[in-house]
Amino acid sequence: MIEARALNVEKVREDFPILSRRIHGRPLVYLDSAATSQKPATVIDAMDDYYRRYNANPHRGVYALSEEATAAYESARQRVASFINAASPKEVIFTRNTTEAINLVRYSWGRANVRVGDRILLTEMEHHSNLVPWQLLAQEAGATLEFLCIDDQGLLQLDELERKLEGVRLLGITHQSNTLGTINPIKAIVEVAHRAGALVLIDGAQAVPHMPVDVRDLGVDFYAFSGHKMCGPTGIGVLWARRALLEAMPPFLGGGDMIKRVKLREASWNDLPWKFEAGTPAVAEGVGLGAAVDYLCGFGMDAVRAHERTLVDYAMERLQDIPGITIYGPRDPELHGGAVSFTLPNIHPHDLATLVDREGIAVRAGHHCTQPLMDRLGVPATTRASFYIYNRADEVDQLVNGIQKAQKVFA
Amino acid sequence: MDDLYREQILEHYKNPHHFGEITDADITQEGDNPLCGDVITLYLKLDDGRVGDVRFRGRGCAISQASASMLTDMIVGKPVQELKAFPTRDLLEELGIPISPARMKCATLSVNTLRVALNGDSHEEED
Repeated sequence: MIEARALNVEKVREDFPILSRRIHGRPLVYLDSAATSQKPATVIDAMDDYYRRYNANPHRGVYALSEEATAAYESARQRVASFINAASPKEVIFTRNTTEAINLVRYSWGRANVRVGDRILLTEMEHHSNLVPWQLLAQEAGATLEFLCIDDQGLLQLDELERKLEGVRLLGITHQSNTLGTINPIKAIVEVAHRAGALVLIDGAQAVPHMPVDVRDLGVDFYAFSGHKMCGPTGIGVLWARRALLEAMPPFLGGGDMIKRVKLREASWNDLPWKFEAGTPAVAEGVGLGAAVDYLCGFGMDAVRAHERTLVDYAMERLQDIPGITIYGPRDPELHGGAVSFTLPNIHPHDLATLVDREGIAVRAGHHCTQPLMDRLGVPATTRASFYIYNRADEVDQLVNGIQKAQKVFA
Repeated sequence: MDDLYREQILEHYKNPHHFGEITDADITQEGDNPLCGDVITLYLKLDDGRVGDVRFRGRGCAISQASASMLTDMIVGKPVQELKAFPTRDLLEELGIPISPARMKCATLSVNTLRVALNGDSHEEED
């Protein structure tokens, strides 16, 4: 592994205007990047610049502004493609977010390929966005859902993988759990799945922002992620898929831009990637995502991962000293991404989040869109602290202080 | 931080009033707030058109459980006909702390459950 150079957090923080805000009179301690990351000025400025200088509807305009908008939007696609090492920008479909990317596969690939009696294999730790679309498809197609279970450390029970893959058309799995922080061994899982004849879809919403992701090295078939969790804007996400799959899939949404030739009763489809992008695209958001990719590339994703690993290590160490606390997810920091979930015996997560908010600390409390996982853990909700490039170790200390104060209120 | 949850709320949370079950209740109504995982079950024993006795069980955050405890104090002995239109704001006033939009479902779980128990749905009468 390449030795990652350390991030200069103080310098990074200067790039994020929102971090100078005060909340309830205290400096903002933002520990909810797994929900959405904050945005550096370069991303905000790139989008502002688009609207101020070259806003136009892209792709068919024959005037300068439209050509500039097209070039910027397509350049963002190219940078995203190389960021995840896609073979071609044609494999990068812009969607609204991870959820829409997964639903694209559900409607387009799923309807054409999943039949009565087929199986779809998921895991107990999936976000609702990689669960509910498959429930809908299974109901519609008469397919069944199977699930890989987790152990008490929040690791997938992979010894059951081969057996559970029987008759499976698609394996849908998160790269990194948004609740447990578990980093799943995707490459090894894909090898087993492919031997069994299943395709593999990865929910990469929590992975692409936080670690190097190489879709070709992983060997996956579909990979979905969101712009807003990786310093980019809301409203833009990505579906990457192998070109042969995309070529064979029917369109998703119908409308302008996704067509080649339209007659009254039929139409033919545009080339990739536009075949899957109906309607005026989110140009400003695409431009913003491109700027976010550039920004992250300035550090290198190895450095991002190393920084978060240090913070998670420290958070686990500090949190485990709190009396009565239960911390979820893997103990091995190598397998634990930048999100730490925990519960306390006498304080409900919502009360804790409300109380530490008074100290300026933003943490998430609830089921984190993983209700089946909450059932598995036997809790109604957890509190989750999640980290990113702009977080410092002293923010972990502030969280611990906040928890201790909350414990005094509830003592 | 300390003043956010008034002493009264914490007291109701730690030592809820009317906590338990009524085995021969006239009305038993469960209510939940799946977003937060708050749950309560309300047991009502009616006596000549009034709430003769009330008990509840539940688990969840301090706001949801304290508000349920406070509500039981407010409805015991009251005519059912009157309680069918129990105003949410009366309970919020009793809680006496500002409730953020994100916590409103916690604060109103008990009164919504009461309305379902008495009316069959949680629709609040327009004032």
